Amino acid sequence: MSTEYLINLAYIAAAILFIFGLKQLGSPATARRGNLLSAVGMALAVFVTLFSSQILSYSTIIICVLIGGGIGAYAAEKVEMTAMPEMVAIFNGTGGMASLLVGWVALFGAQVDGFTAFTIALSVIIGGVTFTGSLIAYAKLSERMDGKPIVFDAQRMVNAGIIAAIVILAYLFIQNPSSSSSALWLLVVLAFVFGVMAVIPIGGADMPVVISLLNSYSGLAACAAGFAIDNNLLIVAGSLVGSAGIILTNIMCKAMNRSLANVLFSGFGAVKHSTKQTEGEVKPISVEDAYLILEAASNVMFVPGYGMAVAQAQHAVRELAENLEDNGAEVSFAIHPVAGRMPGHMNVLLAEANVPYDQLIEMDDANPRMDLVDVAIVIGANDVVNPAANEDESSPIYGMPVIEVPRARTVFVLKRGMAAGFSGVDNPLFFGENTRMLFGDAKESITGLVAEFKD
Amino acid sequence: MEIVYLTFILMLSIFLGFELISKVPATLHTPLMSGANAISGITLVGAVLAAGADHGGFAEFLAALAVITASVNVVGGYMVTNRMLAMFKKKDSSSGAGR
Repeated sequence: MSTEYLINLAYIAAAILFIFGLKQLGSPATARRGNLLSAVGMALAVFVTLFSSQILSYSTIIICVLIGGGIGAYAAEKVEMTAMPEMVAIFNGTGGMASLLVGWVALFGAQVDGFTAFTIALSVIIGGVTFTGSLIAYAKLSERMDGKPIVFDAQRMVNAGIIAAIVILAYLFIQNPSSSSSALWLLVVLAFVFGVMAVIPIGGADMPVVISLLNSYSGLAACAAGFAIDNNLLIVAGSLVGSAGIILTNIMCKAMNRSLANVLFSGFGAVKHSTKQTEGEVKPISVEDAYLILEAASNVMFVPGYGMAVAQAQHAVRELAENLEDNGAEVSFAIHPVAGRMPGHMNVLLAEANVPYDQLIEMDDANPRMDLVDVAIVIGANDVVNPAANEDESSPIYGMPVIEVPRARTVFVLKRGMAAGFSGVDNPLFFGENTRMLFGDAKESITGLVAEFKD
Repeated sequence: MEIVYLTFILMLSIFLGFELISKVPATLHTPLMSGANAISGITLVGAVLAAGADHGGFAEFLAALAVITASVNVVGGYMVTNRMLAMFKKKDSSSGAGR
């Protein structure tokens, strides 16, 4: 009894470390220490668990921790920063899978009551959905699968059917919980299927919402597993993560002015089309002319989007920013909350390229100072700078807060060609009076500008 | 009574989570997410308990798989978060770096 007592005291210490860790993750200056604190909490929790009287042999534990830890460490070291969204998705998925398995194993070697059976069912369902949902998110993000929403006619009916079946199976399982329950097997399978079905209709541009939501699920799955095995620490840590994920999800949805239900259940763009035809002329500009304007500018704002990640242009962009600063211009980076494929995607890429974080500003700070900006450089962003969101009530993205680049004196848009953005919406920005299109690969264009500065 | 007690803990932690996260700047959204994700690997504690219990057979297999997947989550999550956070620098400390 006394070891169990000490173990639980250590769990309290671990929970405190998690809480302080998360708290310190909230500020760039302390974030690294915060992560370390929470890692120490985790190490402590796992270490003291080894002394539990429930543990009879260590061989399986040691071998499996080494295998899993090795895989995790290898992946974490090797991954490219541009591949970070899919890496986070994969780690999320493994966490969900682990919770599913922990819930499942709780059935063996002990008699379970109704409530425990209920929480086992929950951890299997949430864990399973998290696992396959994350795998699909991974496939979409790494472009192993088409990023377009996959929709078919009876989709809602099919999904409703799956949910109904899950509820019924869960009920059957709770009535008669045993490790040989066939209802549980079916439940696992259906949870996997539902994870796939839930993510395939969501398009690439909505991925920030999906990733934060799956992040939340992985916490909730751990929480459910905590109930299943009567472990306070799993409940505390799991619900901390669960609520963190929900907050992020909410921030992402607000940034797109859409409800969570809208993101999850409607294929974007398929809903309605703008009735307004965008008219006007596109004015292209050459690298040389762009350089002349930039050289005279005293305030330059970069607005990056997913295209910058695709073109791997972040290092070239940083070089251009440094040249502009040496030239006496004030440089900032305005980052829309849903730019890229995960929350804060652009910030990570720019940080990788050594852009100091005090130059990165959020949309709400960028818009008030837009009138002072001489040149706004839009790199591979489209929807997040689309003025139709403010002006055109028939536009599918109407109401979404955007970075109001047209108010800058001049706008450069770096773009491969004249295709519409991800959501398939026309962008009147391209036809704007003060807009100049710099066609071509973003990285090449920027490198060209840097070369001009060096001459 | 046990259920009520656990639910009580659950409710308090959810509120605590909301309070802790609600003011995080957008710059840190990715590291926050991946750091929080590493914490959700806490299920490793449950996996370790299950794997040590010597159930044998299929249960042992499930438990072993749980330990492996949870360790991937924990180790990978913390390391990748640390790698990202190491890149975030303030202006003065970064000038000259990488040139």
